Amino acid sequence: MEELRIRPIRDGTVIDHIERGRALEVLKILGVDSSTRDVVSVAMNVSSEKMGAKDVVKVEGREIGSTETDIIALIAPEATVNVVREYEVTEKYVVSMPDEITGVLTCPNPSCITNGGEPVETSFEVEDDGELRCSYCDEVLEDEVAEYIS
Amino acid sequence: MDILSTKEMTRKEMLEVLDHARSVEQGTSLSGEVLGLLFFEPSTRTKMSFTSAMKRLGGDVVDMGSVESSSVKKGETLADTVRVVEGYADALVIRHPREGSARLASEFVDAPVINAGDGAGQHPTQTLLDLYTMREEVDEDLGSLHVGVMGDLKYGRTVHSLSLALAKFDTRLSFVSPSELRLPENVRRELEGSGVEFREVEDVEGVVDDLDVLYVTRIQKERFPEEREYERIAHSYRVSSDSLEDAGDVRVMHPLPRVDEIDPDLDDTEHALYFRQAHNGVPVRMAILDMVLGGSG
Repeated sequence: MEELRIRPIRDGTVIDHIERGRALEVLKILGVDSSTRDVVSVAMNVSSEKMGAKDVVKVEGREIGSTETDIIALIAPEATVNVVREYEVTEKYVVSMPDEITGVLTCPNPSCITNGGEPVETSFEVEDDGELRCSYCDEVLEDEVAEYIS
Repeated sequence: MDILSTKEMTRKEMLEVLDHARSVEQGTSLSGEVLGLLFFEPSTRTKMSFTSAMKRLGGDVVDMGSVESSSVKKGETLADTVRVVEGYADALVIRHPREGSARLASEFVDAPVINAGDGAGQHPTQTLLDLYTMREEVDEDLGSLHVGVMGDLKYGRTVHSLSLALAKFDTRLSFVSPSELRLPENVRRELEGSGVEFREVEDVEGVVDDLDVLYVTRIQKERFPEEREYERIAHSYRVSSDSLEDAGDVRVMHPLPRVDEIDPDLDDTEHALYFRQAHNGVPVRMAILDMVLGGSG
């Protein structure tokens, strides 16, 4: 039986089976920083039968949205999301790779029209190999997706 | 129907434009139609040939004029500008310094949008006239050609559009440039994904004998921090009748304007195709306008 490292939460979201070392990127995707008031727990390098080692993130009092899970899928495609209400897991699903990511990432190309003060959301197509390509200027995002979260 | 990028045009769609350009005739098919010209960057050939093409089909143009004399100077967004001009014109031709600008414009208006160059991105109508020129002057079967593309491959939008289009015809490609100006990663990945045969070299001498077409582009001085470095590199990517003496019957194309990358002594030789190429802007843009504005196609 897995050792209990973080206490169960009453309401919120548990993101489990995050690839080892990716928890901090997941926190960035969730917008967790020094201004966050939610109770957030992070476990890194937890032993896992399935993955050898994994990271786990728990956010209390907040159910994360589909846009956030879409981006988590890009950096941690094995991750599972558990929605907890009154200590019970009411929803559990594996994140899935979206076809498109809108409005969350900034295009790294300074000359892209989405960086030109226009009233438009950024849009990235997710290609078959997981590569992200700006729908406007074709710029390809390199590996560290979390760096481009706006 | 928008014309935003050769990347999203199929081979069949491109051939339809090229076929129509062969047969389109001066007339009144676009009588009463107005084309809006929004050039946020300078243009001679593209703007004049669109104007000429529209007038030869009986239509008219309205021109935003220079950025200096327009509302853009007051800070208006492109999204607002195109929504306003849509009320004055039936289709819009846009050149803008930012990549993706024509796509953005197309999302804000119902009128067809034609990309006349977006930053270092795409210039699809230039590509269509380039393909037309190769097809009419060199070989009907574009897939049988070996095309060399030389000069500034990194920032040259005509190069990006042309390469992706030729890849759809399985045309063999050789890219010739200094290492600083190689193809951008996104274009290289697209070419790799297409399965087309291509190679990248720094020296034209090793490939020119085997080429059917050498497409030359201008290397811009501002890309180099030192003038001496620019001079050295620009000199080694210059073509002249001497440098092509042993190069068989390779035809030389250039989107123009040239500075000194093609010696004028080439102008009256069989190699030179660039002025005919520029003239082909009119029938090709007539065909595009006729198809986009519903006169035909």
